[in-house]
Amino acid sequence: MSDRLRFEDPRPGSLLERSDRTARRSAAEARFRAYGLGAVLIGILALAMLLTSVLSSGLGAFRQAYLHVPIYLSEAALDKSGTRDVEDLKKVTTIGYGKVIAAALNNAVARAGIVVDGLTDKEIADLISREAPAQFRNMVLADPDLLGQTVEVPILANGRIDGYLKGRVTMETAALDSNVSPRQLQLADAMIQRGLMSLDFNRAFLIAPDASDQRPEAAGLGVAILGSAYMMLIVLVLALPIGVAASIYLEEFAPKNRLTDLIEVNIANLAAVPSIVFGILGLAIFINFAGLPQSAPMVGGLVLTLMTLPTIIIATRASLKAVPPSIREAALGVGASRMQAVFHHVLPLAAPGILTGAILGLAQALGETAPLLLIGMVAFVREFPDAPPEGLFDPASALPVQIYNWTQRADPAFVERASGAILVLLAFLLVMNAAAILLRRRFERRW
Amino acid sequence: MSAFWTVTTVLLFAASAYVLGRARALACVNGDVRKLHSLPGHYGWATVFYALVPGLALFALLQIGTPLAPLDTIAAVVLALAGLFWSLRRITADLRARKTVEFVALVLLILAACVAIATTAGIIASLVFETQNFFAQYGWRDFFLSTTWAPRFQGNSDLGFLPLLWGTLYISAIALVFAVPVGLFAAIYMAEYAGRRFRGVVKPLIEILAGIPTIVYGLFALITVGPLLRDYFAQPLGLGSSGSSVMTAGLVMGIMLIPFVSSLSDDIISQVPQSLRDGSLCLGATQSETIRQVILPAALPGIVGAVLLAASRAIGETMIVVLGAGAAAKLSLNPFEAMTTITVKIVSQLTGDSDFAAPETLVAFALGLTLFAITLCLNVVALVIVRKYREQYE
Repeated sequence: MSDRLRFEDPRPGSLLERSDRTARRSAAEARFRAYGLGAVLIGILALAMLLTSVLSSGLGAFRQAYLHVPIYLSEAALDKSGTRDVEDLKKVTTIGYGKVIAAALNNAVARAGIVVDGLTDKEIADLISREAPAQFRNMVLADPDLLGQTVEVPILANGRIDGYLKGRVTMETAALDSNVSPRQLQLADAMIQRGLMSLDFNRAFLIAPDASDQRPEAAGLGVAILGSAYMMLIVLVLALPIGVAASIYLEEFAPKNRLTDLIEVNIANLAAVPSIVFGILGLAIFINFAGLPQSAPMVGGLVLTLMTLPTIIIATRASLKAVPPSIREAALGVGASRMQAVFHHVLPLAAPGILTGAILGLAQALGETAPLLLIGMVAFVREFPDAPPEGLFDPASALPVQIYNWTQRADPAFVERASGAILVLLAFLLVMNAAAILLRRRFERRW
Repeated sequence: MSAFWTVTTVLLFAASAYVLGRARALACVNGDVRKLHSLPGHYGWATVFYALVPGLALFALLQIGTPLAPLDTIAAVVLALAGLFWSLRRITADLRARKTVEFVALVLLILAACVAIATTAGIIASLVFETQNFFAQYGWRDFFLSTTWAPRFQGNSDLGFLPLLWGTLYISAIALVFAVPVGLFAAIYMAEYAGRRFRGVVKPLIEILAGIPTIVYGLFALITVGPLLRDYFAQPLGLGSSGSSVMTAGLVMGIMLIPFVSSLSDDIISQVPQSLRDGSLCLGATQSETIRQVILPAALPGIVGAVLLAASRAIGETMIVVLGAGAAAKLSLNPFEAMTTITVKIVSQLTGDSDFAAPETLVAFALGLTLFAITLCLNVVALVIVRKYREQYE
C-alpha cells in the first residue's frame, strides 16, 4: 500500500469533495463487510434449514393412527379349555388373536353403516397393524381375567394407513402400491368421520422396542434409549475420575520432561483422531482380543470413554488453570502438603468447570455413531437388556445407531421414524447443554 | 460366590483395615492427635493399602492363565491378613503415613495420565497387527497402486486403495472450499465488526452447528440436500441421477465444518495484539484494509493450522459420507456422481458377519491405519503451527 501512496498523485481536491479513491476504498470496505455478514447468514441459514428439515419430517413420528373399536375377547376362541391357565393361553398364537380383532373390526364397520364399493373383509382387517394381535396376546397373558370382557384400547393401525393420515400416502400412490388399496383409504376416511380412527400421541415410540422391516408403525426407541443410558453411565463412571486424575497430575504435579511431553502430545492428538478409528480399536482389543460380547453397552461405553477422555481432560485442565495460584500458596503456607492443597482447595473450586466439561463430553459421546457401528450395535435387538451390572453385557442398541439403522430400511415410514428419533436425541442434547450452561452461569467464579 | 459378594467382602475388609489403622494410631499417642506425624486418617489409608494391594496383586497374578482355584483365594486372603498385621504393628507416632498415602495417590494419578498413551498404543498395535496379516495375504503394491476396488465374497478380490483415496480427497476438498471462506469471513465479522449484542446472539447459534451429532447431518444429506441437488442441479444439467453424490456429502460436511473453522479462527484473530490494529488504523487504513493487510498476515499461521485441523476432520468423517456419498468406488471428476471414501469402506467391510482371516475384512484395518497416518500427520503439523503461533504473541 505504501508503494501506491508514493507513486500515485496524492494531490487532493477539496476536503469537502469525495475523491474517486476514497469512494473506491469505502466501497471495498462495504463489500468486505457484506461478505462477512453474508458468511454469518449462510451459517444461520444452514442451521435453520437443518432444523426445519428434521422437524418437518420427524414430528409425525410422535403421532400415530389408532383404531378405536371395542374388542370382545371371546373365551371360546382364545381359551378353549376354559381354565384360564397361562400355559394353555400361550398355545393360542397371534393368528388366533388376529382373527378375533379382524372380526371385531368388520363388525364395527358394518354397525357404523360404512359401505365402500368392492371392499373385502380381508381388506378391512388389513387396516390393523400386524403388531396389534401380539399386543393383545401379551395383554391377555398378563391379565387372563380380561377374557370374556369387551376391551376398548386403541389398536395400532397399519403403517400405510398411518401414512395416509399424515399425508405420506395418497390415493394416487395407493393405486400403485400392492400393500394398500384406495378402497382402504376411503374406509379410513369414513372411520375418521365417525370417530373410529384418529391420530393420537405415540407413547410407544419412546418406550417400545424396535420392530421388523414390515411394521414401521410399531418401531420404538425403548431399547435404544436404555442402551444409550447404560453407555452414558459407563462413560460417566470411568471417564470422569480418570480424566480428572490425569488432568490433576498434568496440571499440578507433572515435572517438565519427555514423558509429560509425550502424554500432552498424545492427548492433543487423541482429541483429533477420527472416531471410526476408536471403533476399530474397540473391535480389535475389546471384542477380538478380550472376548467381550458384541453389541454390548459395556464395549460401547469403553470405546466412548476413551473418546471422551481428551475432551474431559482439556476442560478440566482449563478450569484447574483458572484457579489462581494464591489459593495453592495460601494452603501450602498454613502447612498443607501439595496433595492436600490440590484436593482440599483447588479441586472444589474447579469443580463447576470440570462438571461442565464432563457434561459436554457426555453430550458428544451420546451422539457418536461411527465407532458403535463397528462393535456390532447395528444388530436388530428387540429384547430389553437386564438391569446393570449383568445388563451391561446384554445386546442393546443406541440412539444414533438406531437412527442409522432406520435410514437403511426400505419403507419410507422409517425415514419419519429416524427423524423423530433425531428429535429425541436433540432433545437430550439440548437438556445436557442447557444444564452445562446453567452450571457455568450459576457457579463460575471470576478471580 | 458371585462377583457382588466378592466386591462387598473386599470393601468390608478395606473398611475394617481403615478403622483398625486409625484406632491403632490414636492408641499410640493416647488420643492426643498433636503428637502424630500425620493425620489419623492417613494411618487408616496406609493400612488399607498394605492390606489390600499385596493380596489383590497375588490374586491377579495367580489368576493369569489358570481357572479359579480355591487355593488361590486362600493364598490371597493369607497375604492380605499378613499385610494388615504387618502394617498395624508398624504404626508409631513417628511413622510418616502421609508420605505413603500421597505416594500411592500420585502413582494413581500418573496411571490415569498414562491411559492416553495406552489408548494410542492400543490403536497403533491393533491397526499394525491386523494390517500385517492383511499384507501377508495381499500385496502392498496392489493395495496402494491399484485403481479398482471390487471385493468379492468368494475371494480373489481387487482391493485398490486409490479410488477410495480419491473419493475422500474430493469430498473433503469440496467441504473445505465451502467451509473455509464462510467460516473465516464469519469469524472476521464476529471478531472485528459485530457489536456485542449481535455477537452474543449469533455466536451461540453458529456453535449449535458444532454440537449437532454427525448422524443428524447424515440424515439431512440423505433426505433434504441429496434430493434437492439431484432435482435442481444434477438432472437439469444431465450430470447424473443419484441423490447421494460427492457434492451432497461435501456440502453437508462443509456446513458441519463452518463452526469448527470459525471458532478456531475467531480465537486466533482475537489473539492478534490490539497494537497492530491501532497502528494500522492510525495510518489511515480502513477497517477492511487493516484486516486484509495487517491482521490476516499476522494470523495466517494460526489460520493455516485451523484449516489443517478441519481437513483432518473432513477426512476422518464417517456418518455424513456413509449416508450422503454412496458406496460405489469410482475415479471420476463428476461431482454429482456417487463415490465412496475410506471411512465408508471401513464401515462396510467390518459390519455384519466378518471373517477375520479373509483379506476382504482385514483390508479395513489397512484402511484404518492409512487413515490414522494421514490424520496424524495433519494433526501434528497443525498443532505445532498453532502452538508456535500462540507463543509468538504471548
